Formats: sequence, structure tokens, C-alpha cells
Amino acid sequence: MHLKEADLKDFLRKYSVAMILLIMIIALSLFSWRFLRPSNLINISLQTSIVAIVAIGMTFTILTGGIDLSVGSVVALSGALASGFIVRNGFPLYSAITLALLIGVGIGMLNGLLIVKGNIPPFVATLAVMAIARGLTLVYTQGRPISGMGDDFVYWGSGKIGLLPVPVLILIIVLILSYIVLRHTQFGLYVYAIGGNEETARLAGINNDRSKISVYMISSFTASLAGILLTARLWSAQPNAGVGLELEAIAATVLGGTSLMGGYGGTGGTVAGAFIMGVLANGLNLLEISAYSQRVIKGVIFILAVMFDIYTKKEKKKG
Amino acid sequence: MIDKKKYILSLENIRKTFPGVTALDNVTFRAEAGEIHALVGENGAGKSTLMKIIAGIYSPDNGSIRLGGNIVEISSPGKAQSLGIGMIHQELALVPYLTVGQNIYLGREPHRYLKAFIDWKKLYNMAEEQLGALKLEVDPKTFVIDIPIAQQQMVEVAKALSINAKIIIMDEPTSALTDKETRILFGVMRSLKEQGITIIYISHRLEEIFEIADRVTVLRDGLHIATSLISDLSQDDIVRMMVGRELGDLYPKNTIPQENCILEVKNLSSGKLLKDINFHLNKGEVLGISGLIGAGRTELARAIFGIDSFDSGEIFIDGTKVSINSPGEAIRMGLGFLTEDRKEQGLFMGMSVRENITIGVLKKFSTFGFPSFRKLKILAGKFIKQMNIRTPNVNQKVKNLSGGNQQKVLIARWLNLNPGILILDEPTRGIDVGAKAEIYALIDRLAGEGVGIILISSELPEIIGISDRIIVIRQGEITGEFTREEVTQDKIMQCAAAGGRYAS
Ligand SMILES: Nc1ncnc2c1ncn2[C@@H]1O[C@H](COP(=O)(O)OP(=O)(O)OP(=O)(O)O)[C@@H](O)[C@H]1O
Ligand SMILES: [Mg+2]
Repeated sequence: MHLKEADLKDFLRKYSVAMILLIMIIALSLFSWRFLRPSNLINISLQTSIVAIVAIGMTFTILTGGIDLSVGSVVALSGALASGFIVRNGFPLYSAITLALLIGVGIGMLNGLLIVKGNIPPFVATLAVMAIARGLTLVYTQGRPISGMGDDFVYWGSGKIGLLPVPVLILIIVLILSYIVLRHTQFGLYVYAIGGNEETARLAGINNDRSKISVYMISSFTASLAGILLTARLWSAQPNAGVGLELEAIAATVLGGTSLMGGYGGTGGTVAGAFIMGVLANGLNLLEISAYSQRVIKGVIFILAVMFDIYTKKEKKKG
Repeated sequence: MIDKKKYILSLENIRKTFPGVTALDNVTFRAEAGEIHALVGENGAGKSTLMKIIAGIYSPDNGSIRLGGNIVEISSPGKAQSLGIGMIHQELALVPYLTVGQNIYLGREPHRYLKAFIDWKKLYNMAEEQLGALKLEVDPKTFVIDIPIAQQQMVEVAKALSINAKIIIMDEPTSALTDKETRILFGVMRSLKEQGITIIYISHRLEEIFEIADRVTVLRDGLHIATSLISDLSQDDIVRMMVGRELGDLYPKNTIPQENCILEVKNLSSGKLLKDINFHLNKGEVLGISGLIGAGRTELARAIFGIDSFDSGEIFIDGTKVSINSPGEAIRMGLGFLTEDRKEQGLFMGMSVRENITIGVLKKFSTFGFPSFRKLKILAGKFIKQMNIRTPNVNQKVKNLSGGNQQKVLIARWLNLNPGILILDEPTRGIDVGAKAEIYALIDRLAGEGVGIILISSELPEIIGISDRIIVIRQGEITGEFTREEVTQDKIMQCAAAGGRYAS
């Protein structure tokens, strides 16, 4: 069989993330015997699940050609709100969580409205909202952690069903849902269409505005969900939770093969991308590389991922 | 008194202005059911604008639209579709990373369960059928980006057909099609006509219009000039009405090439695309490169211009061997390359006419890195005048110009660099006869000044009309070479197609 360059690119376009992940896992298990221990693997999944959930929502916005920089702040805000509702207001657990999620989605709607109705570029709009949401968190918590939510809340972050930690289970559910939405619904198709060629989508009679607002609501929803899980895992809501998380989520998305220009990619790749980073961080820890150097390495990996993305997307002119 | 019932679609006294431009001025346009109605006019005459009004993309400042006798308001593309109006746009408008099938039914996916879920199986079955009707052998599950431009154009056709439209607007659908595909499209158009569907057809190729259309409407400068049965007119009549004056010789040829060779290509090969290409170009010579779409003509140009690398071969400029690794190097060596895909690879659509024309010479007009905008404006103005570019002013964004005028802007940019060798890839695609004549005259003038010109073109009359010498490429190989005196259309076609993929 002859592989043409185009076929190779197509293959890489589709499966490269999975392959990279596999190679890394093999390499690390050769380097360190501790890597493959079940406890370590579960630990990686748990660590990665928060970023991965946020990144799934991020993928929706990037697929439309947008971006959501506010996710890190939304993580902190929703965690603080859910905790505050329980501890300060004595709300029942599920009302508190639901309310926090709703407020999170509301922030996503704000993002979407600013972008669509206010004609503000996504980068700018969500950057502003990032500052606002962080500010609200600090005001609400007065800069201090909130804790004492009780065991049934903590269960959401630290509990297990069988071998699986609850956040990992939720990640799996969110991933499956996102896959169904993107690959089998009209809305999902429109997300790709808008990212691929906004004008064409409009000419096809698609209501781009509605779809665009929706992706920011989805992004905020997953961020809020992640915020609640993170708070439950740490047993307390930290006002500085999620700082820099937007970068990790974007990195996971791009590593996962979603084009920053929009129109191409998917959430399966994103989760794989998140795991690449999780495995990498874990491996670097096992190899006893300092946290400072780890940042440099992560940055380099990010650049490589983007270069790779550009390589596989570059097509030759035909004619 | 006109019997208005006779017309399935009638636009009365339509006026549409854009800042600084009156695109349509009191235009009346009426189409009968089941006719093929050609719409012609120079670049910028207002054809696309008129059609976009019918398709719900623009709303007119003034005037009314009737559909089957009733006044309608076509407020959005979606509304137009639901009224049974489909449009194939002048610029390809497909989503690159969606599949062929997804593109065809975008916005109208068959669904199941609560209308939210797409029925993929049904969608692809329908797409398969639609493509089959067009004799298009494409898997509906391939990404659009992975198929050639000509097939993409046919996908656009499939898309317009799929809405079961009563009226289909085709804005220059054949400009990127091969001859064979044009034949297929005409066949489809005829069978649509038999089903009583009205087709409004825009093209700058008058032969096509005489072949396929029943009636023709001519626009000039946003004005309605005439509507008439095609059988009552001659090509010259139409040209006169379009241009508003008598057009001289379409292919002026006043210069003869000089003796010295400025470009020589030896044994150039690149994978399967180019096989052992040898040719030379003299000073002041117009060398035509003919062949079918996909034969490797553009690849050859891209290889010479340093865009794509090649496996083996040598290039000599003025007798010295050169290695060109990037377009920047090519430009410094005096090469110019007008790409066939002006939208993707040529123009900065969001920038102004001035910026587009002068971007290559900023340095020359700058002191300490600060360009003199006054001088650049004058320079751009000179080209606008010389090339008759229709734009309200130098600051108009290029994306707001009509297709033909965009092409002229791109040519102006290259002329600005005073290239010694100019490669023109389909320079008159989508350009009206008047502007074509201007471009041919320009090519002749440049040749007279000693510029060596390589002209890649799919239009045989054009390549025969203005080339001194013609080489034909088939599947990456040179299969024929003719002088101006000996060449005929038949000879070219034989070399281009014999045993080739498009042989029929
Ligand atoms: N969105 C716009 N903004 C400003 N001016 C515009 C816009 N669209 C079209 N125009 C102008 O309106 C005039 C008519 O343009 P139109 O595209 O209808 O021409 P056309 O007849 O289709 O020409 P071509 O044969 O080159 O496609 C041109 O002068 C063009 O510059
Ligand atoms: Mg037009």
C-alpha cells in the first residue's frame, strides 16, 4: 500500500493525539516503574479530569473560531458560590449546586451576548469577563477560602464508584454528551460550519448568533461544573482557584487537534490532549524535575502542538 | 401594458446604493417560468448585487419584488430558500472541513428525534442521489477541502438543486469548471428547464450564453440597458450594449519577441505532478501554457516561483543558474506571479485598494520606515486610471469591489514591481470582455517593453489570440509545442486530452 502525503496528513490529523499519548505512556512506564501502578494512574485521571472538563467546553468555543478566557475565573466563582450557598445560607446541597451552575451559565450568556450583540472580539470580551468573574469571586469570598461544606459535598470530588473517582466518571459522561451533541445534532454541525465559514453558514439560513451564544454558555457550564468538582476535591473553595486554567484548557484543545481557526477538531481529541499534559506533568514529577522547569517544558510542548497542527492542516493547492 | 402574470419573478425599479456607489439604479428585471435567462454586463455592472437582492442577502433601497404575481419581501437567505429561490454564489462558499454531504444540506439537514438530531444515513443517501444526478463521482463523506475546485463548484450546484428551487440563480458557475463539467452542467440546466424551473445565469463567456440561454438582460453601470430574446441578437450587439461603445480588436498583437532568452527551465520534475519539463522564454515573448484543469500548469508556476519545492531540475534566469526557495527570492529576481485564486492567495480582502496595489513597494516610498501615504495614493490613483478599475476611491475595501475589478487590483500590484518575467495564471477568469480587452492590450504592451510573459489559461481563444508560442501540458508532461502560426484549437485539444483523464 502506498501512503500519499495527503493520506498521511489525514491519518495524523485524526489519530496523532492518541498515538502521542500512547508513546508517552510507554516511554514513561519504561523510565519509572511507579508510573503504571493503578494508584498512580487513578491519580493522573483525577488530576486531569478537572482540566479536561473545562477543555471540553473550551473546544466548543474554539470550534466556532472563538475562545473563552473566562473559564478559570468561572471555576473559582462557581466553587465559591456553591460553597457559600451551603455554608452561609444553609441551602440544601443540590439547590446550591444547581444555583451555582445556573449563575455560571449566565456568565457564559453574558460572554455570548457581548460577542454577538456587542460585536466585541471573543478574546477581548472573555478577557474582560475573566476579570469581572475573578473580581466577583474575591468580593464574595472576601479573599478567604470557604470550607465546611460537609461530607456529601466532598463526595463529589473525592468519592469513588468502584475504582473510578467521581470527577473521572463525570468527565466520561460530559465527554459522551459532548460527542453526541457535536456529531449528531444540528447544533453540533452548525458549530463546525460557523468555524469553517461563517458567511456560508449565514447564507445557509443558519442563526449564527444563537449558536455562538450557546457555545459560550456550554463553556461556562463545564467550567462551573469543574469548579464545583475542584472545590469538592480540595474540601474548600479557594478564591484563587483556576488561575491559568484557561491556558491549560486551550493547550489541551489544540494538542487534541482542534484548529484554533475553528471548524475542525473534536472533544475526544481534547480529552486526549488533557491527558497528554496530565501524563507529562506526572512523569516529570516522577522524574523529579522541578515545578519551575516543568512550566518551560509545557510551553515548548504547546508550541510543538501548534506547529504540528499547522503542518497537518496545510493543504497543497490543486489546479 | 405588460402582462405581469406571465412572469414568475419580477423586480421593478430596484435601486441599491453602497457608500459611494450606486450599484443598481432603477433596474427592472423580469423572468418567465421555465426559461434560462442570462444576465450580462461588465465587471461592477451590478449583476451580483441584483441577484443577492433576489436571494435575500441585500434588501433594496427602493423598488418591489413580485413572485408569481404577489409582492414579497425577501428579508433573509433563509426566507429566499423557503420561497424556492436557490443561489450559487460567484465566490465559492463551501465550508472546508465539512463533508460534501454536510455542505449540500447545510441548514436543511434531515432530522429525527425532536428535530435536534441529524439523520446522517438519510442525509448521505440524499446527497448520493443528488451527486448522481450531476454525474459527479465524489464520496459525499469526503471533506470539501480534499476535492479539487472544479468538483467543489459542482457541489455548489448540487446544493442549489437540493432545495427544490423554482428559481435558481447561477453567478458565474462555469468560471472554474472544465469543459466536460460545463457540458454536464448545461445538461442539468436543460433538464431543469424542462421541469419548469427558471434559471438566471450569469457568465462572461458569451458563447455559453448563446448556447444555453433563451433571453438575456444587459446591465451597464447599474442601469438596465436591454432585455431581449437571445436569437434576436448577435455577440457584437451584446458586447456593444455591455460596454457602451464599439470594441476594437480583442486580441491586439503589435510586438514580436526578442532573441535573448530570459528564463530557461531544464528537466524539472516533482513527484507525480511534473515530469521532466523543459522550456524557455524569450524577452518580450508571450508563452502560453495550455492544458486541462489539473494538468499541472499551476504546479509548474508554483515550482518556478519558489512556492513549492521540486525534486530535480534547473532554472536559469538571464543565462545564470538560480535556486529560488521562496516567493520573496523570486520577486527579487524579477519574477511576478498572478495566482489563479485571487481571493485565497492574492488579495488582502479587508484592506483598501491603495494598500493592495502598493503593498509591494512600501519600502521604496518610505523614509525611515514611514511610508508617504500621499505618494502611495497618487501611485494607486495612477493605476486605477490606467487600468480602469471601478472603485469610488482609493480607500474602498477590496472585498467590496466586483470580481473583475479585484483581479485588476491584483494585476496592478504586480506591475508595480516592474517584473522582468510575469506569470499569469488564468488572468481573465471572471472578467468581462471590456476588461479582457484591456488586459490583453496590457499584456501586449508589457511584451513590447521586453517583459517575458507566461500565460496559463484554459480559454483556448485567448491563449491562441495572444501567445507567440504555446506549450501544452498533460498530466505533468509537455505533450506539444506550437508557434503562433501553426496552432489551432484542435491541435491543442488533442495534446491536452488524448489518453488523458478528461478524454471523451
Ligand atoms: N458590499 C458592498 N459594499 C460596497 N460596494 C459594493 C458592495 N457590493 C458591491 N459593491 C459595488 O457595487 C457595484 C456592483 O457590484 P457587483 O458585484 O454587483 O458587480 P458584478 O456585475 O457582479 O461584477 P462582476 O462581473 O465583476 O462580478 C460595484 O461597483 C461594486 O464595487
Ligand atoms: Mg459578480
